[in-house]
Order: sequence, then C-alpha cells, then structure tokens
Amino acid sequence: MPEPLAVPRGTDPPLVHIQADESSAARQARLSDTARHIRRLILTTIGTAKLGHVGGDLSVTDILTTLFFSILRYDASDPAWPERDRFILSKGHCSVALYSTLALAGFIPESLLPSFAAPLSPLNGHPNRRKVPGVESNTGPLGHGLPVGVGCAIAARLAHAAWRTFVVLGDGELQEGSNWEAAMAAGHRRLANLTAIVDRNRLQQGAKTEDTNALEPLVDKWASFGWDVVEVDGHDYAALYAALAAPRGAKPRCVIAHTHKGHGVSFMEDGVEWHHKVPSPAQIDAALAELAPAPIAP
Amino acid sequence: MSSLSAAPETFDCRQAFVAELSELARADERIVAVCNDSVGSSNLVAFAGEFPDRLINVGIAEQNMVGVAAGLANGGYIPFVCAAAPFLTGRALEQIKSDVAYNGYHVVLCGMSPGMAYGELGPTHHSIEDLSWLRAIADLIIIVPADPQQTRQVVRWAAQSDRPSYLRIGRVKVPAVTPEGSEFTLGQALQLRDGRDVTLVATGVMVSRALDAADLLEATGISTRVLNMATIVPLDEEAVLRAARDTGRIVTIEEGRPTGGLGAAVAEAVVCNRPVPMRILGVSGFAPTGKAEFLYDHFGLSPAAIAAAARELVD
Repeated sequence: MPEPLAVPRGTDPPLVHIQADESSAARQARLSDTARHIRRLILTTIGTAKLGHVGGDLSVTDILTTLFFSILRYDASDPAWPERDRFILSKGHCSVALYSTLALAGFIPESLLPSFAAPLSPLNGHPNRRKVPGVESNTGPLGHGLPVGVGCAIAARLAHAAWRTFVVLGDGELQEGSNWEAAMAAGHRRLANLTAIVDRNRLQQGAKTEDTNALEPLVDKWASFGWDVVEVDGHDYAALYAALAAPRGAKPRCVIAHTHKGHGVSFMEDGVEWHHKVPSPAQIDAALAELAPAPIAP
Repeated sequence: MSSLSAAPETFDCRQAFVAELSELARADERIVAVCNDSVGSSNLVAFAGEFPDRLINVGIAEQNMVGVAAGLANGGYIPFVCAAAPFLTGRALEQIKSDVAYNGYHVVLCGMSPGMAYGELGPTHHSIEDLSWLRAIADLIIIVPADPQQTRQVVRWAAQSDRPSYLRIGRVKVPAVTPEGSEFTLGQALQLRDGRDVTLVATGVMVSRALDAADLLEATGISTRVLNMATIVPLDEEAVLRAARDTGRIVTIEEGRPTGGLGAAVAEAVVCNRPVPMRILGVSGFAPTGKAEFLYDHFGLSPAAIAAAARELVD
C-alpha cells in the first residue's frame, strides 16, 4: 500500500520551536535547558497542589521536550491549525508534565500552572481538550491514546495530508488489551505516519512491570504486530531526536524509550514509591537545587 | 386477494439507514463508516463498493473501533460507527464515555440490530442494556427511530449536528408509522394519535405495537394518546408533562431494560413535576430462546399486553 506522505504542505505558520539550521550540539543544549525548566515547573506545580504523579512526570519529560521543541509542527496561537501534527499523551496521569510543556510551548500561560487541581481549574488531574489548548484527546483511563492516534493517522492518510501523529504510552498501560487492538490495526494498515513512544521506566503503580504482568520481550511484541521498533535511551536528546525526526520505511514506528522514574532528582530516581507520592516542601527545595541552572561562567 | 394482504408492509430500518448514509457520503467526503467486521450485518456492502477508502473496518476490536472514530473526528472526518449494538455499547463503553462524549467529538455511534433483534442467538447478542448505560453518560444524544422514514431523517440530523450521538438502528421489520410530511426535530416527541384517558409513550420497534394497543383500547372505550419518543436524550419533558396533565396516566414501552431507559427517563420527569400513575414496560430479564417477535410477547410487549397494562391504570 503506497504511502501518500510526499504531498507538499500548504503555507505553514512560523514554527518558532523548530530551528532547522541548528547544530546537533546546540539542539541538545537547548533541549537540556528546556527540560530542566520543565522539571522545575513539574516539581513546583506538584508541590503547590500536593497532588500529582511525579515519578512518571520526570521519566517522560525528556520525551515531551524533544517532541514539543524539535519535532512537532504546531502553532500555539492557533491550536486547531488543521495541518498540525497530533500529539496524544496516553499516560494521562502525567498531566503535570504535559501542562508544564504546553506552558513553555506557549499554549497556556505559565501562570496557570499553580492552579493545577484547584477547584474549577482547567488543569484537571487528567487533561481535558475542551479546557486546555494543545490537548488532542482526553486521557486518564489507560489504553485509550493509541486507538485515537490510529484514527488520526487514518484521517491524515485519507486526506493525503502530511501531518504526523505521535502517541506517548506508559509501559504499565501496555497491559491494557486495547493497545494491542490498535497496534494490530496500525501494523495491518502500515500507518507510517504514526509513531508510538513507550516511556519504558519499568515501574507501574506499586511494583516492577516484569513482576506484575511481564511485558518482555517488548521489542518482539511490537515487531510481530508489524511495527518498525527502535530502542533508545529516553533521556538522550540526540537519540530521541534521531528516532522521532523522520518517518522511515512503510511501517508505523515504535520507539521504546528506556527511562527512569524520577529522573533528574537523585533521591527519586527509580523509586517505586514516587509514582504518586507528594514530595515535602524540603524535598521540593532539595530537588529544585539539583535542577538549578548552571552558574554562568565568568 | 387473500385477507392477509391487509397486513401492512414492513421494513428493515438498516436499509433506510445505509441508503441515507450513502446519499450523504456522496455529497460530503468527510463522511466515513467505521465497523468491526460487520460489513454484512450492518448492510455496508454497497457502501464499501462505492466508497472503498471510506469504509474503515478495524476487525473484531470494538474498543479500538470507537477510539479510531474519535481520532477520525479529530482529523476532520464525520465517522458513523456501525456495529451490533450489544458489542458497540458493552465492549466499548469506556471509549464511548471518554473518547467520544467527554472529548465532545462529532462521532455518530450506530447500534445495529438492537434490543432482541438477534432472537434465538440469545442474551449475549441482545442489547437491552444500551439505553440505560448510555443515558448515564453526559453530553451524548440518544435517538431510537421507529421506521424507515424516521431513520433517514435521524441519520441526516446526526450528520449535520456537531455533537456526539448514539442511534439505534433496528433490524426487526416494522411498518411505517411516521406521518407524511412530518420532520424529525431533536428532543421533540411525535404525537401519532390523541386521547384523553391514557398516554402510551413508545420508542423504536415498540411504536407500531403501541398504535395497535391503542386500537384495542379505543375499541373498549378508552381514549388513548400515542407518542413516538424517538429522542431519549434530550427527553421531550413538555410532551410528557402535557400527557400527564391531559390524560393522567402514562405507560412507557421500550425494547430494553425497564431500569434506566425510556421508562425511567419519563418517570423522572413525571415524578419531579406532575406525579401520575405509570407502568414501565420493557424486558424484565435475560431472554429464553426464541425469535424477537416471540420474545416481545413473552415479556408482555404484545399489543394485547400493552393494552392490558393501560387498562389496569384506567380501571
């Protein structure tokens, strides 16, 4: 089945977050700085709300940063731009990471973040597209993002449109059968305009995925469903960029991003208790100190 | 000519459904059909022939089917999801709630062969719970057309609306009950006959049975109003309260559980505003083996049984 991906786009709005002529080193430095800023927003937002899923927020941060600041084509001033790339955070409980990213990307004001989870705030515990620009689909119950992403990818193909669809999945949520219904359909239809990224932090709510309901061999599973699978270090911006930048071949792509829950904060990293434990004010301070900007060289 | 020729002609509403869908699809390339391998049972063979790219068959996978429809709506298409009602609503209930209704996507969910249409295939294949389940979901319109003409009108309405909806598309053959020249208006009951003593509020396949019951009642001197309540959500409360005021007694008839569907909706309006005696007729349990028509009689949904229930209220 030929892929109608070569259709030229119309006039694009300025894509300020994508700098085509940037060197790889400059991009990595920029993404690293942006991710550090997002991690600080996550910690302060959760500290204020006393609610959130800090472990998974920090494991997915570098994936979101790479997508929103070097890959996705969008216009934050026109969130419904029809030619935008679609992004769906299937692991909707990591909404604070998404809201913090959307704030830095210009979809929502940063000043909105302290309202997270407060009465009547648009920033619900799980994202709501009818309240938050930049959210494509309401998630929270697990196993919902990939089927919707498959529908988006089919829509783009029907319209001969060049926009791409990206879905970020938690690894624990791959225990939901609906993901595999969607994976089968995407593989069958050879939806090369669809990319799934698995935030493979190896932990679910209370234990390791492999001790709960084992996912391995995960690469083989996706490959057997007709996907082109790559494994990357999910905290390595160059590796993420290379895996996400261009569709290749004729299959949907699955990027298994090996990550660590709580990444960036030494005392949270890989701790299963940090799935949704709320850090104390002293712990927030300690975490922010670890994430302070590097001092400017004299 | 035998006396049997007096029986009215009856129709499978799926044919009207697909005829209208194809007509709309010819005029609007955003319209697509999504199904779960049910190309034949949803009568989509001709649609597939005419619009091969616009029939998206995801295979036997209802959760994915509804999610895919939400994604198609996100991408600018108007998906009509066509699948047997029990599997569409039961298997994909959370997708209907989260991906369609809560997202607010313009997806038209078409529950094919609802109620006990599958007859002897048994309760696994009956969809008698769908109205109760879906009525509990916010922002989801629910419509049960009664005959081919109303089916075409409702499909047209659903395509031009921008709201999520669930349509029940009948398979059991029904006579025409929609008066010439009447239009479908969302949330508006159609009064098919007026009366003073009791009102029968029916939906879908049960509308023609309610009309037959009204004939039986009139023959014994009970003046009977009949409402075709095609829209279950939003309910035409005004018509219900007018019926309570004018006739003082209401019987509801539906091909579904009496808990949570049409009868419950009517009762909520009546109890809160103008309490009058009511009977709620529906399917009281898992069905034994039998064809749909046999099962209607078994569960007290024959014209004679409907008339008897109304008579109890009047006496």
